[in-house]
Amino acid sequence: MAETAALDGINGLQDIRRSPASHLATAMEAGSVEGTAILEESPFQTMVGLRVDPHSEEGARVADVVGGLPARCSEVGGADGVSVLWLGPCEFLVVAPEEAHDSLGGTLIGSLAAALGGDPGQVVDLSANRTIFELSGTRARAVLEKGCSLDLHPRIFLPGTAVNTEVGNIPLILEKTGEESFRLFPRASFAGFLGRWLLDAMREYASPEVP
Amino acid sequence: MLLISCPNCGSRDETEFHYGGQAHVPYPENPAELDDRQWAEFLFYRDNTRGAFAERWLHSTGCRQWFNMLRDTVTYEIQAVYPMGTGRPDSAAPAPESGTASTAPDSTTTGTAAPDISGTSTGPASTTAPEGATK
Ligand SMILES: [Zn+2]
Repeated sequence: MAETAALDGINGLQDIRRSPASHLATAMEAGSVEGTAILEESPFQTMVGLRVDPHSEEGARVADVVGGLPARCSEVGGADGVSVLWLGPCEFLVVAPEEAHDSLGGTLIGSLAAALGGDPGQVVDLSANRTIFELSGTRARAVLEKGCSLDLHPRIFLPGTAVNTEVGNIPLILEKTGEESFRLFPRASFAGFLGRWLLDAMREYASPEVP
Repeated sequence: MLLISCPNCGSRDETEFHYGGQAHVPYPENPAELDDRQWAEFLFYRDNTRGAFAERWLHSTGCRQWFNMLRDTVTYEIQAVYPMGTGRPDSAAPAPESGTASTAPDSTTTGTAAPDISGTSTGPASTTAPEGATK
């Protein structure tokens, strides 16, 4: 009974939960240029910080739960709507749809913790740590290149990969989800700044191109 | 702007890293037996080398891992990048010219014993870096 009460409490909070860039929602809609550069804040996701040695036995058990851990920088693991981003040799970020959260009827965090058991490593609910911007369109890469020093050319930066880097001086995870679509994972407190920075970088694409 | 080759992540801008001071400063075996002067020297006294200098770096906005680097303090030339816990490599041959900051890791993970100089930047003298790679 006590558990049900706790879940109701969490679900009540869910209704008043605001995403870190929600105050920019109208600005992002107004600043997006259909087909050229579209900026949106993604719906809440369940995110789990995972630290485990991927070459160990417990690493293999945890990998089974999420559908595979990435082996090296820029790789993305996971399966069935769950992506596992590489943060370090023994550190990963699991990103899953919101309903995978244990407080909403899912089992992701519990099963990861169970798979790790008492072995070295950690499983931490980080769902509120970062927010996710989705940037897409033919000029999405050009927008990012104004503030990211990595080579984002499609022959180097491939869809289905992700890197830790900086965009507009904000440390974040940059994931390429499609040929012209990206997900940016800044920490929540940087969402306002990064959202405005991206809008500013997108502004020129709303005007007709000067030949 | 230096282009530093992280053993895990490949070549990245210097701004993604933090400097960790001189490498290979061993913790005293019996710290309790040191007098104040020896303790102060362990804590605060570091070489001020002109030329090749072994130092520690942290890829703070990337993989958050430490590694060692052999860097010339005059020319800024990065001569070697090698894992924590391995000894200082013999003063290495000049590193090969490398490309731009890249998302592709150009080296294996930490833990390999061999010092790795592949993909190591040659510092500010490098002319291969495109506009975007320098600030
Ligand atoms: Zn790194």
